Amino acid sequence: MSEPVSMGDVVDGARLLALGLRPKLIPSRDLIYADLVKRAVEDDTFRELTEAIAEGLGLTLLAVSARTGVVLGPTEDSVFEQKFDDYARRSMTGERRDLERVLHGIAHLAIAALAFPRPDDLANDTYVGRVSVEQADTAVREACMMLATRATAAEEAGDPLDDAPELEHVWRLYSRRPETTLTKDGRVAPSTTRGVIGKALRFLMDQGFLVKMSDVDGDTYRTTPRYQVQVRELAAGRAFAELLALGVVTVTDPSGSLRTVSPTASSTADGSASDA
Amino acid sequence: MRKVASFGYSTFASNVSGTRYRQYMTFADGSSVITLHDEGLARRLKALACTAPLHDLDARKVRLDWCDANAYQMAEIALQAIDQVTIAMDFDRGADHEDVVKRLLPFVEAQAPGRDGAEHVRVARWVLDNLINVGSTDRGFRALYGTFGATGEYQRRVWDFRLLVELVSPEGEIYLRASDEAINVLVGALDTDVESAQIAAEVKLENLIKRGRLSDAQLAAQQARYRTVQYAETLRRKLEATRRDVRSVDWEREVPDLIDEALTHIADRYRCENAILTNITETRDEAEDPVRKRRAAELVEIVSDCIRRHTQLQARLQEAGRTFRFEQDRQQFSGHAQRATVDLFGHLLVPVLGLAVAQATLPVAAFFGAAAGLTQPRLPRLTRLVDQLLTPPQDRDHLLDEVPEPELAPLPDPEVFSDDQWQQAWEFLDLTEVPRRLSGLLADARLLDPDLPWLVALLALHAISPEIGVAVRQGGDQVLLAVDDGTPLDDPEFGGSDLLVGVARLGAAESSGFSAEDALRGEAVA
Repeated sequence: MSEPVSMGDVVDGARLLALGLRPKLIPSRDLIYADLVKRAVEDDTFRELTEAIAEGLGLTLLAVSARTGVVLGPTEDSVFEQKFDDYARRSMTGERRDLERVLHGIAHLAIAALAFPRPDDLANDTYVGRVSVEQADTAVREACMMLATRATAAEEAGDPLDDAPELEHVWRLYSRRPETTLTKDGRVAPSTTRGVIGKALRFLMDQGFLVKMSDVDGDTYRTTPRYQVQVRELAAGRAFAELLALGVVTVTDPSGSLRTVSPTASSTADGSASDA
Repeated sequence: MRKVASFGYSTFASNVSGTRYRQYMTFADGSSVITLHDEGLARRLKALACTAPLHDLDARKVRLDWCDANAYQMAEIALQAIDQVTIAMDFDRGADHEDVVKRLLPFVEAQAPGRDGAEHVRVARWVLDNLINVGSTDRGFRALYGTFGATGEYQRRVWDFRLLVELVSPEGEIYLRASDEAINVLVGALDTDVESAQIAAEVKLENLIKRGRLSDAQLAAQQARYRTVQYAETLRRKLEATRRDVRSVDWEREVPDLIDEALTHIADRYRCENAILTNITETRDEAEDPVRKRRAAELVEIVSDCIRRHTQLQARLQEAGRTFRFEQDRQQFSGHAQRATVDLFGHLLVPVLGLAVAQATLPVAAFFGAAAGLTQPRLPRLTRLVDQLLTPPQDRDHLLDEVPEPELAPLPDPEVFSDDQWQQAWEFLDLTEVPRRLSGLLADARLLDPDLPWLVALLALHAISPEIGVAVRQGGDQVLLAVDDGTPLDDPEFGGSDLLVGVARLGAAESSGFSAEDALRGEAVA
């Protein structure tokens, strides 16, 4: 650092982080925020200082720009981390907790995958993704169908074992769950796949990652730049690392692998996934 | 002679469950081979399971407390419901719940004409709810069946299936479609090439009409219609996929081929069905017998419906091509990859879907933790705490589940005698040494507890005819036995005979061949 750090700088750095903690605030709506972001972009010393404060708090500075504002990610076991268990906690009794957790997790993965269908879309800073409950659900169901076709083609042992339900494949779990059901008072039942995805979308909207589009488009959401950064810089990598740890290595075409599969076409060997 | 069994397996044709070996057992002396697992077994078990929910309806109807359900044949109504949903299935949607109930009503009414309309509606709705299996999270059914694993051990597997599926239309309305399983149960053996099955059915239909067998012809026509529906359903799925996905579908060959094929098919069927229609319209107009005339008229209806469906399919096919081009134009293609990033769908979503549930928890939790953003830790402040505590709870509509309707069972009768009383009574009746008179037992019991004599008296009465068979089966070696020798009972509370109560040993019966009762009587009298 070229010049000594003053107390004022530390206050400014911490303030910048505090502004970044507000999910829906963007620099163009707040003069102080815009000034601080500009300073962080231009002044490397200030940026390093801010990163240091963030690290101490249990945060990772993922990006600073006028478009995204400050994007922060939680470090492992940070107090700022969203607890998955809290999120997936359900009021329903008798249903197996681990199944619910996986379904909720799949919903988040599906939303990200549909919002950024190609690797390019995730890399391109100006790309705005669109996603709806229906799209996400349909895409996952089609992926499930593809895996089912593949399992049939490989003549793997079929239905899950009665005494080892935790060995059931996720795609079976997902395709077994109804997409929607009618409750007595006409709401969408939250245990259905669309209910689960809808909850995830509303949650991400509250987190400032998605914006609901006009009612004309139905329940369609568009992504904010923050979401793109969050998925690209942090989430995708962490989940990928977990998969690597499980020994799941996947090779895909650089143009992306979101494909639809017609039910009868058996020539779907696009190599987009390989089971462990 | 003991035969030693050994397991072996060879690769044989595959079955539905994907188990690709046929398990057989050979005896060591090579005398016989017993096939334990043939490839059709799992398939047949699954087919059998599909009918279980229908049988279950009739088994459970007696438990309905809001009507006398004996008048209704629930399985029949259920089949009718599946029929109605199947017939209502076309491209965009199936039938909604109310629609199906409405279609079912005449049928329900015919079974119990005397009952009032509200009950008919309720019965129809009950059957429909049960076919959807409202109340279970998966809204489906589950069957268990066994297969043999790679090492020859018996494995129990679960198979989930549904009969009626609830789906949501683009407008957000919920409607019903019959599942493949349901259509297979309904029509049977549809696990074949749709097109060839349809051609076969129509050849059969033409033959039957020529030979004038209208009732068979109607059956064949109905089957042809179900096949048409199934064919349309297959195509609908393909087209939906085509319409949504622009980038990756083989627009050069696969899709045009598909559309061409479908159009050729429609042209053939259209010609064929029009010929049949002309033929049976003539039969209808010329028929003298009213039954025959009505049958012919119904056939005309069915074939017209088939033609309508084909027209609809054709319109949809043409529209699909346009939608496809439109989507292609609309889509903006970006340049080549700018940075190496993760392909979310191919690298993350699909591999996770392929994992076992237990393994998948870690990756999805990692993704959620990083993609869900931050939570702000809340620090309580005393000044706000009071306000917060007084705030009424927020209405969290979307988080709550539907309230399940509890099945109420009447409470069991309260216990008349306490555990202590039972224990005391059995202590009194532990008469291994010498039999005693009931009067003495009652008097002793009265000293301990005023209610105890009642229990002792009841137990003694029960012991006049003890369940020896049960005691032997359960491995007991003695029973309590009471014998009436004619002495009258002298007691302030009870009257009758002063029974002689003693304990009789069992066991002699097994070894000696005497009946248990003989052995008992001998000992008790002695």
